[in-house]
Order: sequence, then C-alpha cells, then structure tokens
Amino acid sequence: MTDIAATTSRRSGAGRILIAVYLVLALAATGRSFYQLVSKFDQAPLAYSLSALAAVVYVFATIALIARGPVWFRIAQLTIGFELAGVIVVGVLSLVMPSLFAHPTVWSYFGMGYLFIPLVMPILGLIWLRRHPETRAA
Amino acid sequence: MIDWFTALQIGVAVMGGVLAVVLGLMGRRPSDLTMAFAGVVALLLIVQLAVTIAGPLTGNQPTGSLFEFYIYLISAIFLPVGAGFWALIDRSRWSTVILGVAQLAVAIMLYRMGQIWFIQGI
Repeated sequence: MTDIAATTSRRSGAGRILIAVYLVLALAATGRSFYQLVSKFDQAPLAYSLSALAAVVYVFATIALIARGPVWFRIAQLTIGFELAGVIVVGVLSLVMPSLFAHPTVWSYFGMGYLFIPLVMPILGLIWLRRHPETRAA
Repeated sequence: MIDWFTALQIGVAVMGGVLAVVLGLMGRRPSDLTMAFAGVVALLLIVQLAVTIAGPLTGNQPTGSLFEFYIYLISAIFLPVGAGFWALIDRSRWSTVILGVAQLAVAIMLYRMGQIWFIQGI
C-alpha cells in the first residue's frame, strides 16, 4: 500500500480536501489582509504587513499543491514550511511582544482566530507531501 | 443584517456542511441532497447581499465596518458556488466533503459577519 501511496498524485483523494481548505484559507487571509492594509495599516504596520505576506504565501501554496511537476512540489514544501514557521513564530511573538503582534491576523496566537487551522493545515500538508513525493517530472 | 435571518443562514449552513462532510467521508458522491443544501446556502447569501444593500437605506446600520462586512460576504458567496462547480466536475466522495467544508466555512464567516454588524463597534 505504501508503494501505491508513493506513486499516486498528491492531488488525489484526501489531497483534494487539503487543496480545498488551503483555497478557503488563502481566500480568507487575502480578504482580511486586504481590508487591514486599506483601513487599519497604521494601527499595526508590522503585523498587517506580515499578514499580507502570509496571504501571498497561502495563495502560492494553494497553486503549488494543485500544479504538477517537481518544481511546484518543491514550492509547495517551501511555502507550507514557511507558513508553519510563520504561525509558530508569530504565535510566540503575539504572546511575548503583544504591542507589536497581538492584533487579529491569520498567524496571531497560533492562528487562534481561524480555529487553529493555520497551525494544523501546514502540518497535515507537509505530511501529505512527504507521502506523495513528486521528484521527477511526470 | 437581520438577526433571525443570520441565525437561519448559519443553521442551514451548519446542517448542510455537517451532512456533506459525513456523507462524503462515508463514501457518497455528490447527490441532489448535498448539492441542494449548498445551493440553498448560496441562495440565502444572495438574499443576504440584497438585505445588506437595502439595510443602511432603511436605517439598519452595521456597528462595525461595512467595508469589512462586504469583503466577508462577497468571499462567502464564492465558496458554495465554487464547491458546487467542483462537485459537478469531480464526482467523488471528496467533492462531497468539500461541499461540506465550504458550507462550514460560510457558517463561520456568517458568524463573523454577525459580530461585525451587531457588536463590533459597540
């Protein structure tokens, strides 16, 4: 079974759920970030700039999960890995430097404002990618 | 936004969402029932859009930012519509689950929209 799992596409089966949730997350992060940049940037420029960066990375991660080929596979690993690092770092920072980071962004408090989905999804995503490697051009 | 209508929308979305996720994980492909729920959720969101446009004209103002509200609402409309198209193209059990995920996401967004409209600015 593991051999079959290694050769099936990361876009099959449960991978589609991953893609769908990432789509929703990318949409949500982009929408909220857009609103924050336009309306409230001066309140927390660092946090909201980071939020905008996170939204862009989510969009790329979603595209990379869908697209074929080893290059996009690598991009998926890098973007999802970056997000996991980001949600952990900003999560910690929102606790120890609240004046800078305790504002409602997608990574604040480990993604608590998004039901911790930004924390759980990259972990699931990296596991999924590891089980469906695409290291040669299809 | 109208409080009972919001509650109704959230209820329908949660029902449709849970139903689709459960049926999808059980292996069912998208059916008339699961698609219908998503369709109703989308329809109710369109009605919500009309209610929102008419609201300020009839004295019903949000306590929070109308701009932020519209961002949520427009995004929310895309979700059941997108998931519906996905389910039409890819008729697998996973599309059923995705129909459910989209409706649950709409429920969460409606809840957030309710906060923006009724309690945020207070």
